[in-house]
Amino acid sequence: MCHSHEWREWAGWLAASTYEHSHEREYYAIRNGVALIDVSPLFKYEVRGPDAVRLVNRVMTRDIGKCQVGRVMYTPWCDDDGKMIEDGTVARLADDHLRVTAAERSLRWFEDCGYGLDASVDEVTEELAALAVQGPNSRALLQELMPHAGLDKLSYFRLTKGKIDGFEVTVTRTGYTGDLGYELWTPIANAPQLWDSLMDKGNGYGATPTGIVALDIARIEAGLLLIDVDFFSSHKTLIEAQKSSPLELGLGWAVRFDKGDYVGRQALLDEEERGSEWALMGVEVDWVHLERLFDEVDLPPRVAGRASRSAVPLYKEREQIGQVTSHTFSPILKKYIGLASLRSLYARPGNQVEMEVTIEYSRQRARATLVKPPFFDPRRKKE
Amino acid sequence: MSMPEKYDAILIGAGHNGLVTAALLARAGLSVLVLEQRKSLGGAAATEEIFAGFRVNTGADDAGLLHPEVLRHLDLERQGLQFVESPVLAFAPQPDGPPLTLWRDPAKSSSEIARHCDDDARRFPEYCRLVQRLSALLQGMMTLTPPRLHKTSLAEAYPWMKLALKVKGLGKRDMMEFLRLLPMPVYDFLQERFKSPLLQGVLGSAGVSGIRFGPRAAGTTFLLLYHSLNGGAPAGRASRFVRGGMGRLSHVLAEAAAKCGAEIRTESSVSRILVDDQGRAAGVALATGEELPARSIVSNADPRRTLMDLLGPARLQPRMMRRAGNIRLRGTTAKLLLALDSLPRFQNAPPGDDHLKGHILIAPSLDYLERASDDAKYGRISRRPILDAVIPTLTDPSLAPAGKHILSVTAQHAPYSLKEGSWEEQAPELADLIIGTLAQYAPGLQESVLHQRILTPLDWERDYGLSEGSIHQGEMGLDQMLFMRPMAGCGQYRSPVKGLYLCGAGTHPGGGVTGAPGFNAAREILKDRKRRGDNRRGV
Amino acid sequence: MPDRYDAIVIGGGHNGLVTAAYLARGGLRTLLLERRPIVGGASVSEEVFPGFRFSVFSYVVSLLRPEIIRELKLPEHGLAILPLESTLTPLPDGDCLYRDADHYRTLRDIARFSPRDAEAYEDYGRTLYFMAKAVKYMLGIMPPDPTKLNPRDLIGMGGLGRHMLGLGEEKLQTLTKLMTMSSADFVEEWFESEPLKATLSASGIIGTFLGPRSPGTAYVLLHHYMGEIDGNFRAWGFARGGTGGISEAIASSACSLGAEIRTGASVERLIIKNGRILGVALQNGDEILSRTVISSLDPRHTFLRLAGEKHLPGELVASLKNYVYRGSSAKVNLALDAAPDFACRPGDGPHLRGAFSISPDLDYLERAYDDAKYGRFSRQPYMDVILPSMIDPAMAPPGKHVMSCFIQYAPYHLAEGDWDGQRQALGDTVIETLSQYIPNLKDIILHRQVLTPLDIERTTGLTQGNIFQGELSLSQLFFLRPAPGLAQYRTPIRNYYHCGSATHPGGGITGAPGRLAALEILRDLKK
Repeated sequence: MCHSHEWREWAGWLAASTYEHSHEREYYAIRNGVALIDVSPLFKYEVRGPDAVRLVNRVMTRDIGKCQVGRVMYTPWCDDDGKMIEDGTVARLADDHLRVTAAERSLRWFEDCGYGLDASVDEVTEELAALAVQGPNSRALLQELMPHAGLDKLSYFRLTKGKIDGFEVTVTRTGYTGDLGYELWTPIANAPQLWDSLMDKGNGYGATPTGIVALDIARIEAGLLLIDVDFFSSHKTLIEAQKSSPLELGLGWAVRFDKGDYVGRQALLDEEERGSEWALMGVEVDWVHLERLFDEVDLPPRVAGRASRSAVPLYKEREQIGQVTSHTFSPILKKYIGLASLRSLYARPGNQVEMEVTIEYSRQRARATLVKPPFFDPRRKKE
Repeated sequence: MSMPEKYDAILIGAGHNGLVTAALLARAGLSVLVLEQRKSLGGAAATEEIFAGFRVNTGADDAGLLHPEVLRHLDLERQGLQFVESPVLAFAPQPDGPPLTLWRDPAKSSSEIARHCDDDARRFPEYCRLVQRLSALLQGMMTLTPPRLHKTSLAEAYPWMKLALKVKGLGKRDMMEFLRLLPMPVYDFLQERFKSPLLQGVLGSAGVSGIRFGPRAAGTTFLLLYHSLNGGAPAGRASRFVRGGMGRLSHVLAEAAAKCGAEIRTESSVSRILVDDQGRAAGVALATGEELPARSIVSNADPRRTLMDLLGPARLQPRMMRRAGNIRLRGTTAKLLLALDSLPRFQNAPPGDDHLKGHILIAPSLDYLERASDDAKYGRISRRPILDAVIPTLTDPSLAPAGKHILSVTAQHAPYSLKEGSWEEQAPELADLIIGTLAQYAPGLQESVLHQRILTPLDWERDYGLSEGSIHQGEMGLDQMLFMRPMAGCGQYRSPVKGLYLCGAGTHPGGGVTGAPGFNAAREILKDRKRRGDNRRGV
Repeated sequence: MPDRYDAIVIGGGHNGLVTAAYLARGGLRTLLLERRPIVGGASVSEEVFPGFRFSVFSYVVSLLRPEIIRELKLPEHGLAILPLESTLTPLPDGDCLYRDADHYRTLRDIARFSPRDAEAYEDYGRTLYFMAKAVKYMLGIMPPDPTKLNPRDLIGMGGLGRHMLGLGEEKLQTLTKLMTMSSADFVEEWFESEPLKATLSASGIIGTFLGPRSPGTAYVLLHHYMGEIDGNFRAWGFARGGTGGISEAIASSACSLGAEIRTGASVERLIIKNGRILGVALQNGDEILSRTVISSLDPRHTFLRLAGEKHLPGELVASLKNYVYRGSSAKVNLALDAAPDFACRPGDGPHLRGAFSISPDLDYLERAYDDAKYGRFSRQPYMDVILPSMIDPAMAPPGKHVMSCFIQYAPYHLAEGDWDGQRQALGDTVIETLSQYIPNLKDIILHRQVLTPLDIERTTGLTQGNIFQGELSLSQLFFLRPAPGLAQYRTPIRNYYHCGSATHPGGGITGAPGRLAALEILRDLKK
């Protein structure tokens, strides 16, 4: 678990970027074997009490009232002005008990939004370990470790509880890879042994310790947004233009107006009526054109490697219409893809645009087509 | 089931400001219902018979701050309101040494001051003139609605621009002085001018009245000016009392409202403000469960309570909720009410009882004031409290049986949040401390006490609904004045919830029996109503 | 008959030096006169004990205006500001709060005390960034006079109004709070844990005779944050060679621009004729003539001593006599045989290259202030401590260290006794207090220098030892600093100007008053 060759900072902790010099084996574990990813630095909050659902529903844009016990929901949340603070998952553990994950510290926000409600919010970030087990073989591996947990019947975004080596483990069928996968939640003291057991039993399933670099490629293929890259928390931005609403980020499906009042509802409703100025789309670079641009300087297309988190401009004819905020070569699709925020006027699937690429120090524009993400969505994810 | 009648406006709380608003709204033709949780009207401007035969002002004693424009507008004097003005504004005894008597007449005060310090006596008339000029300016601001922080319209800004020109009209020197003095600690202001610790203490005590800060805090000069209105400059209080007790004012206001059709219900406690689907205030729910619909709700309750408790959870957006939660209240005042067999006799007091007709002050020096607030900073009752006592029975003998007297003592500091112990156990100790302190100046006081009652900040909160027992419904600090009172985005008497208004001391200009918040709130409510009416015609 | 200069600057503090440099840069024949044998005023480095160099008075820099660094080319003249990246707040129970440049790690440490605070810390940082940006505008302009109706002042007031309204509601309300609140109340709108609240609000009391719960201190807090706008999150720094390094760099720049600097030259009085300045007379009897004279001293010296009451309107004299100085700070400089060993972080570590704040809780700071209010030095003082030799090893012999302790409160006026009698008692209190957190301290002290407000006054001439040349209170800021009518660097005496920390925007090693004054003088001379 600590054999990484490269670390990066994650919310004050160190997280493995890659366990080997190259991330490739780790990427293919996600898509073809089973990847073990330590995601413990996620912030975790337990909301308990008679008003627990009311509290979480007051914060979230989705209708948490519909989140039955045993279900998990992905949801964004917003500030008063309907601007995105961030997103996370809500797991309904019992009638009066929910667990919320977040990328940033959120205790104060949850508590303040819940003022007057009969519910408590406790941070359990450092008490609870989180381990993502992702990839086509993840179910088989976990079934071997916890045969009685009923994993074969656990559907997408549902949770169950079981035991591994005598430890209580909560299993949610969730993940950040867009593949078949699970996340395991257990008290931090159990984490090392859990890891060892998974590695031990995982040999035959292609279990591979996997770092953030491989995960980053997988999440772009899956069309999943990353905070501080594809959008910025309105709690941190310095200017209005850096903020975005969930409607502008393609998360309109997760914004409900029929669930009563919640933080940001009025602003979102206004935006819905007015129409959003921005939209989020996938970008598929025209490979033939890209190859030709490289060919002009007598080079083969050099794009494979890590996902890029530095934004590049997106053009329509001469005009800049937005920016591609993360982009990567998809090893499985053999395509160059990206996620882009652009003027909603242009956000139609099939629309031909141009993305800036730098070839031998010179800025070029590669032809690209707008598509609706995800780029990669295997049936096994939900089956 | 028949729907209950829908009022144009429901007032939550019949404090004097609420009654001013009610009277003005009713006079403008609105159907008005006033709901008061207590048995008697007036909130902290009430007179109650708490001891048999003694009618006692349970809150404020001095009506000196009542704004002339409110008086004139409601024509209160014609409706039976009578003031009694004491010739003496303040009397400050000393255990050993001559007392200081400050008269309404600055010249007369000067000759008293000369017994303490000749230089001070010489400077005193100039001081009174300066304070009068500057507090007159304040008085002009009191009946203006504070401008919004941004997007101020010309119409809103106009009265303030007029006032600004008036400031310029004061002359360059006065204007700079005004700007320099407003944020100044009253300590520096008085040290610049006077040498006598007793004179400094007496004037300084007006600068710290009702706030947890000591005289070295910035902004206390502002408070001294505030309390020096209406001829109160020589002592920082106007010593103007209402004949029949402060409660009489509330009754006159209530009658004025009732005459125009307002309904007033006492012992009706509002438990919640109802909000409709459009997010507009739509009515109130009473503690009994009864729900009363209304087009507008006007709260005389303090802003924190109105927005955070009455409005109910999850009604305010977090930004506003955090602001409301950050309103600094910090009640720090207790009140001891005594029924006396005879008048207290202060050491070295002059003959007669004129000197007892105004405020009797235990505030011997600025350091005394500072030390009193030091205790409060650490959550303790001041070991040597600042006392401000009034004997209303001297100016109006009808308040007590013949020959008997009431001594109404305001004591500072009695912090709402005690670091150790609870108010239940400390209240009797505080009463003893106050009596003991007074007895050092008026020996034998204990023997003349017939009855006593102590009101602590906790009592203000529980019985009067004042959060944290803050008698000003929010500390009168510089950061909680004007457009910042009670908080940004809420400074024009409108709350963040449409149809819900604020009209209490927690709004501009602030605490004391001024009537100005209620007066201004009524104006803004009527303005909105007119605007809406115009819109309706337009559609 | 001596030569006639275009400008004589009285006092070689950093502001005087900045003014002289800018005037010389503007082509004026400029002479700077410094009473002491070295320039720098309160920004000096001296070898107090053989081998041990100290920034004797002022010891850190966060506020030096970057435009001054650029325009006067100070790096070419030797200026290097080394980062002071962390703040350690040791606690009596052996724990500590540690904040450094690693933002997320800092948040984790704050979260140990309160997870809410860790979250609020980001919002607080962002708010102060916005506020610093809002106030920067005001720091960069000459204060308009609201009583004047001339076009320049009206435009100035208009610009100020536009700037304010342009901030929007949220920022404007925060700015209003910041200008009027106490630093404790201000930080309590965000935070609940004591070490953090105390350490943050301590910035609001440095150099003032106010406690963290005194309204007005929130502004001082912002004043100390101003450095952050142009740099990293905590742009505190330590000048190579000590703060004297800053003065030397400015002096060197001034000389290269053609200014003359004369040390050991104490100005006795001004030569004034018909309400117009002609020059200065030195203590040794020399008279030097000049078109303009600029004083960087505080108003007591600039006006009451040098100019004299008879040359000033009575009103102004009254205002200046009411100008509040109230020195409240002391300094203890220690020469150490070895590195100090913190109980909360034994041994060596990066924390030794940062600041240590003795501010365990708000009541601690407030009690320290209470002592001062009644004329005693704090029995348990607030301290801001750094080890300059850890950042710049040249400050001490190898392996040995110098420790700089900024102390509050030490009131200039003592209720009992005098500072000459209490100096050592103050030193003992400081060492006792520090020893609670640094157990080996007493064993490693080689020498100590205790500087009381009286010593600061005697050496630097700062009245009552006030390090800002007068309290930074609302009544003494912007167009009221130091007194109505004096805020635009001009004085009632023609061609006599002032440029010290007693002018807008106030104290700290900013150089801003000196620069703004010089620009005004150059403007006047062009007419």
